[in-house]
Amino acid sequence: MTTTVQTVATLSEAARAMAQGATFLGGGTIIMRDINAGVAAAQIVRTTDPALNDIRISSDKVTIGAGVTMSQILAHPELAFLHKVARLIGGPQVRNMGTVGGNLFAPHPYGDFAVALLALGAQAVIAGQNGGRPLDDLLRDRSRSPGLVAAVECPRPSAGTFGFVKFSRIKPKGVSVLSVAALLPREGGRIRGARVAWGAMAAGPVRGASAERALEGQTLNPDTIARAAQTAAEGLAPPTDAIATDWYRREVAGVYLKRLLEQMERG
Amino acid sequence: MAKKPVNFTLNGQDRAAFADDGQNLLEFLRRGVGDLSPKYGCGQGACGACTVLIDGETQLSCLVLAETVDGKAVRTASGLAAGALDPLQTAFMEHFSAQCGYCTPGMLMSARALLDHNPRPTRDEVIEAISGNLCRCTGYEPIISAILAVAEGRVRA
Amino acid sequence: MIEFRKEFFADERDDNLNEVGKPTRRQDILGHVTGRSPFFDDHLFDGLLHMRCVRSPHHHARIRRIDTAQAEKMPGVVKVLTGRDVPTNLNTLLSLLDFGIDDEPLLSTQKVAYCGEPVAAVIAATEAQARAAVQAVRVDWEVLPHVLDVEEAIKPGAPTVCEVYPQNKFIYHGKYDHQKLRFGDVEAAFATADHIVEGRYQMSPIEQAPIETCGAIAAPEQNDRYVCYTSTQALFFSLGTAAKVLQTPSSRLHFIGGTVGGGFGGKVDSIHEPLAILGAMLTGRPCKYAWDREEEMQVGAPRGAERWYIKDAVGKDGRITARKFIGYFDSGAYTRLSSYAIIKGVGHLPGPYTIPNVYADVYCVYTNRTPATAMRGFGITGVDFAIENHMDKVAETVGMNPIELRILNSYRDGDMKAHRREAKNCALVECCQVVAEKAGVRLSADALAATSLTGGGGERARIPNFTATDQNGRVEGFDTGSYARKTSSGGDRQSQPTRPLQAPPPSAATQQPPVRPAPSTSTPAQPAAPPAPPPPASPSRPASSRPGAMRFSSLSGFRRR
Repeated sequence: MTTTVQTVATLSEAARAMAQGATFLGGGTIIMRDINAGVAAAQIVRTTDPALNDIRISSDKVTIGAGVTMSQILAHPELAFLHKVARLIGGPQVRNMGTVGGNLFAPHPYGDFAVALLALGAQAVIAGQNGGRPLDDLLRDRSRSPGLVAAVECPRPSAGTFGFVKFSRIKPKGVSVLSVAALLPREGGRIRGARVAWGAMAAGPVRGASAERALEGQTLNPDTIARAAQTAAEGLAPPTDAIATDWYRREVAGVYLKRLLEQMERG
Repeated sequence: MAKKPVNFTLNGQDRAAFADDGQNLLEFLRRGVGDLSPKYGCGQGACGACTVLIDGETQLSCLVLAETVDGKAVRTASGLAAGALDPLQTAFMEHFSAQCGYCTPGMLMSARALLDHNPRPTRDEVIEAISGNLCRCTGYEPIISAILAVAEGRVRA
Repeated sequence: MIEFRKEFFADERDDNLNEVGKPTRRQDILGHVTGRSPFFDDHLFDGLLHMRCVRSPHHHARIRRIDTAQAEKMPGVVKVLTGRDVPTNLNTLLSLLDFGIDDEPLLSTQKVAYCGEPVAAVIAATEAQARAAVQAVRVDWEVLPHVLDVEEAIKPGAPTVCEVYPQNKFIYHGKYDHQKLRFGDVEAAFATADHIVEGRYQMSPIEQAPIETCGAIAAPEQNDRYVCYTSTQALFFSLGTAAKVLQTPSSRLHFIGGTVGGGFGGKVDSIHEPLAILGAMLTGRPCKYAWDREEEMQVGAPRGAERWYIKDAVGKDGRITARKFIGYFDSGAYTRLSSYAIIKGVGHLPGPYTIPNVYADVYCVYTNRTPATAMRGFGITGVDFAIENHMDKVAETVGMNPIELRILNSYRDGDMKAHRREAKNCALVECCQVVAEKAGVRLSADALAATSLTGGGGERARIPNFTATDQNGRVEGFDTGSYARKTSSGGDRQSQPTRPLQAPPPSAATQQPPVRPAPSTSTPAQPAAPPAPPPPASPSRPASSRPGAMRFSSLSGFRRR
């Protein structure tokens, strides 16, 4: 398939092209790869709209333009809660290219930034639509285009309530055997509204319902952690690939959830 | 197939050339402009052999749409030596940091970007900075030594 | 950091050397650090064409029909090659060394025996156009049962992978379906041993993964020659292979190589050069054939998988008195270099240890996996992994420190090795002593006092008075004059005859019609061309001309003295 690339000035023009079947080109780390392999869509659209690179910070949430790169996140002091996640995406070059918006659509085993955003309860802002769309909803079926994701709105977690762990065979740069993120807000010392998200444990980022059940209403202590770890892989059907088998991923899921929760317990 | 004009600077020199639709920067630089120093290793962003600097940042030229460097400054390994060798080049020679030499241009650009942003990196920072560049020959240690030698001022320019 | 232990073997060495032991710069390093070293793809040609192959999606399938009509009409497509276009479409790499039977097509016409096997090659103006046209080639496959495990492959009733070797086993010396090593009588030693230690070891295929993928660019040159820039590690090997496959005298092929972007053994298979040159011949234009990364990983021949069974007779004192190997090399679908890997491997048995009774049956097995080839010490690395794991197991069984056990059993100068050559230049004892020192392992006084220079020879230098031999695995129908060659009545060769090169269709793009190499029975296509010398002797002829074919001298050990 030979590919035609159209460059437009505004998000709304890009959204219109997408409505007619074009694929959006962001940082290039996914779509250019497809173009090189001859498997990209016939029509590609990109935009030079600077709005795509906006970062807006308010007291309770951050709004990150879909075109913001991992390096730009790392350079922004107000996004410190995401620095650990962004630092574990790709190598230095990929972090200079890969974007927040693109990561939402990165195929397995990529997409670890989306895992963190999912746990944080972020919403996607779709160009030309009012109101945010929860990532839970958007990530459930990534084959269906939601339109053009212009930005991601992410609640700012209270100190010590958010954690992220990525397990790769190669360090410092390697793809996920799995990744796991947790948001554990507390009320009176008890976890209220636990959100756990897994990467590379399904076709895309998914919530960890069994871990959330084990954590909800509990205090974060060794017993709770052990129970959550024990049921970590329940209900998950991870893929087998060159990095790991589905069996292996299920076996180690609890180990890494435990490490994450212990880190969060230590603070 | 529409050709798109691209005006940019390559290693400080003004350049203009036409890019094919969907052409990546690696092919554009190599076949369109004639700078053969960035190398193809994977076409998927895994190996780093095609690493170039765009406005001072390392990027993978195989994953950059060529037309997007219009108006930008591109640096490649063939332009590192301006008159004299870059100290990194000298250090790579002295420390046996290249065997087959195929990863070397990309490796040098990652090292250059590191030292441009952080002239005195720690060993861990060096490892992190070249983590997007695969080398199958050296085992990396001679490359790390060379970069640290430059950072610590142990190389004559 | 390199540490020289000059106290060892000091009297055997002249230290007054100009280069050895001193740091020196690579002669090619300036080109490397300035990005100017000329790899094969760093040569620009106007009008360069790009070739990509149509590959089997199946492990094993018969080809009913290949339909290239639609692909030929695609934008930018100049030509689509199939096996009919390849002058000698059957080759085995080591035929240049008189070793093995031609078994592998360049572009397969009748069946495929591994996933990714090429059946057609599209030549187009751009790589993207070639990719698109590859998708448009229609192949009618009849999927056949496949076998992916070496021991399954040699069971009765297993699918035949490669018709040349119907039992899925390479034929050694024209006589046996495996390579034998017999030294003394292992069974007698097993009967009287204090301990029997058995183990099973295997390793997976390993991809060499050079950062530069394999490739070649060929172009018509002056004087009716073709220039070929290639990533090959083995320039003259690739030249000879191209000359044979293309039925073209090597004097018409101008090969330029020597700048290799990492090879590690994976760039010896000489697939790209003949295809790129054939593309240049049939289009009259420069033609590049290179693998992308996915192809490099999928169809690039890896170090083959190996499986080893080892059985040792061991005394209470830790001395190994017999060692028996049954080994299986996974050659994949074709021979490439695996048959030779086994010759090397068996010459290496039983490892660097003096064991008075040794037995090995080692099979080169065909499976429906990617053909295997060379990689860094191939033939040795896998079995060393097995042997050294087994040494640890033996040490555990007899309750000895594993380093002590190795020193006790090490070759000493003057010992007789199982392949009947005297051990020289031994240094394992000293290596073990240094390893123990570095690892903080305390050795016994005996182990510390041991040296490679003493304790060998004498009784240990003798070839056993009695060696148990057998005719297991004897085969008929092959010529014993070489490692493996079917007699003229052998049969299978006739099923895939050599085909003459087809004349190309007239092409507007062809400025300079390439001269077709003439099979000896036809006249040259272009009368102006100098008469083509006779093609190289066809390996399909009986091997009468080279009695006592080459043996591989890398097995000999003439280093010291």
